[in-house]
Amino acid sequence: MEKQSVEQLQKYCTQLRRDVLRMVHAVKSGHPGAPLGCAEFFVALYFDQMTHNPDFQMNGNGEDLFFLSNGHLSAGWYSVLARSGYFPVEELVTFRKLNSRLQGHPATHEHLPGIRIASGSLGQGLSVALGAAQAKKLNNDDKLVYVLMGDGELQEGQVWEAAMYGAHYGIDNVIATVDYNGQQIDGPTEKVMDLKNLKAKWEAFGWEVIETKKGNDLESVIEGLEKAKSLTGKGKPVLNLLYTEMGYGVDFMVGTHKWHGSPPNDEQLADALSQLPETLGDY
Amino acid sequence: MDLDLKYNYTEKKDTRSGFGDGFLEAGRKNPNVVGLCADLIGSLKMGAFQKEFPERFFQTGISEANMIGLSAGMTIGDKIPFAGTFANFATGRVYDQIRQSVAYSNKNVKICASHAGLTLGEDGATHQILEDLGMMKMLPHMTVINPCDYNQTKAATLAIAEYEGPVYLRFGRPSWPIFTPTDQKFEIGKAWKMIDGTDVTIFATGHLVWEAVVAEAILRKEGISAEVINIHTIKPLDEEAILDSVAKTGCAVTAEEHQINGGLGDSVAQTLIRHNPAPLEYVGVNDSFGESGTPTELLEKYGLNAANIVAAAKKALARK
Repeated sequence: MEKQSVEQLQKYCTQLRRDVLRMVHAVKSGHPGAPLGCAEFFVALYFDQMTHNPDFQMNGNGEDLFFLSNGHLSAGWYSVLARSGYFPVEELVTFRKLNSRLQGHPATHEHLPGIRIASGSLGQGLSVALGAAQAKKLNNDDKLVYVLMGDGELQEGQVWEAAMYGAHYGIDNVIATVDYNGQQIDGPTEKVMDLKNLKAKWEAFGWEVIETKKGNDLESVIEGLEKAKSLTGKGKPVLNLLYTEMGYGVDFMVGTHKWHGSPPNDEQLADALSQLPETLGDY
Repeated sequence: MDLDLKYNYTEKKDTRSGFGDGFLEAGRKNPNVVGLCADLIGSLKMGAFQKEFPERFFQTGISEANMIGLSAGMTIGDKIPFAGTFANFATGRVYDQIRQSVAYSNKNVKICASHAGLTLGEDGATHQILEDLGMMKMLPHMTVINPCDYNQTKAATLAIAEYEGPVYLRFGRPSWPIFTPTDQKFEIGKAWKMIDGTDVTIFATGHLVWEAVVAEAILRKEGISAEVINIHTIKPLDEEAILDSVAKTGCAVTAEEHQINGGLGDSVAQTLIRHNPAPLEYVGVNDSFGESGTPTELLEKYGLNAANIVAAAKKALARK
């Protein structure tokens, strides 16, 4: 894949945000907040960082793999998959509808290209990613495995089982990113269940930790992922703390948990879209 | 009691050893077979595989949820993971992980569950899971297998390695008669008629197949001809074998080391109700937890031994 300019990648970010808003609005359900905050991450991964083949093979041999552990970000993932060529962009219109491959939360059951495991029930993706990474090692496949988790998701105990395991086996072909937006469905994480010092926690579990402080700045996100990549292959799994703002890109949605699981109404959608001019053509 | 048994044994062994030996052989046959275990390698008899293929074996520590997720992830790289722990921790503790990452995602994971049922013995009710077959058979895509002795467990282990899809394989701890042949062909989903009979059918699974063999001899002595069918695969259920047999005998008993609610008996009842309603009696645990004791004592106290199967058969016969 040819490297694209930051200006071009930025267009994908804006279009992804439009796609997400229109998708959740159309079915009056879904989770717009977090995928708006992770637009730069999704775009950096699929259009800049990963070696991947939209002519989808489940085993992904010889490719970098991505797992979305916080499956409720599905709208954002579907947008980036469609716009990478995994399936027709027009199919985004079926999101969350009956007989669609674009389930509310990602599923392999419907055979949507790009999806390798179901997610939605939180806390499972890191284990899956570590397993896939160990299989790559057994297969002498030097490509990487990426996984995205929510920060609220880290309240699940399984994540820490996996964290312990990843360090114990030195699974150094994994880059796990935490969407560190400080929000979850019931409110700010510090009020719901304080995560305290995440960097220290992951380091104490034996991970190499980097911080991407400007998670909604495309160049910083790419830089962070480059740095993470440079730390792979050194005997430790890598954790990327990605500081984002939930709802980024829409002034009345940013920085609050209120849009975690609520779609905009007609008026709100129009307002939001006016802040995100169409760049690559709506689906 | 001097009984003329249709099947006999010269040796007893635990079914978990059948699993361990089958697992090693499966690993020798196919380099994609890998193993995972949550700190119970000795109990699960996975040590020989670990020794021979250390690079393909993963001790996960006491973290069953992680083990299930890891296994699902490994299938993506074409591995065939055998994830082993006690049946309690392999099902109830990780039901959601199995449901989402294995069953719904249709991953080629083999969940290998030892120490199932009351015959776990002295450890008591916390470890004696009696609900696992029900939980597992309710999951779409899941195949559920519960073999009866060392030889059958070994054969089943080899068979599931060659089958593509999620499998729950249940076996146990106690030393148990080896009464099926070493060279048996294990066909997933195909019931095995072990003894022909005409008056009543006994559908048995797991350790209780042996109790059914003993019960048949007792019934024969009393002039009752019992058919014994070994239902090693709970799902998919061999409905044809069940219906063929009951069409002939007209009544049946199910026998399992599991809650009546949700077990093999439920599955057989569903089949009969839809196609050929006939008297059916259950031998299983009746809505209670187990307790500490020896396997034999527990089977007696909870009504799961050959004498209970005989009594149930007579009850079914009387209802014809």
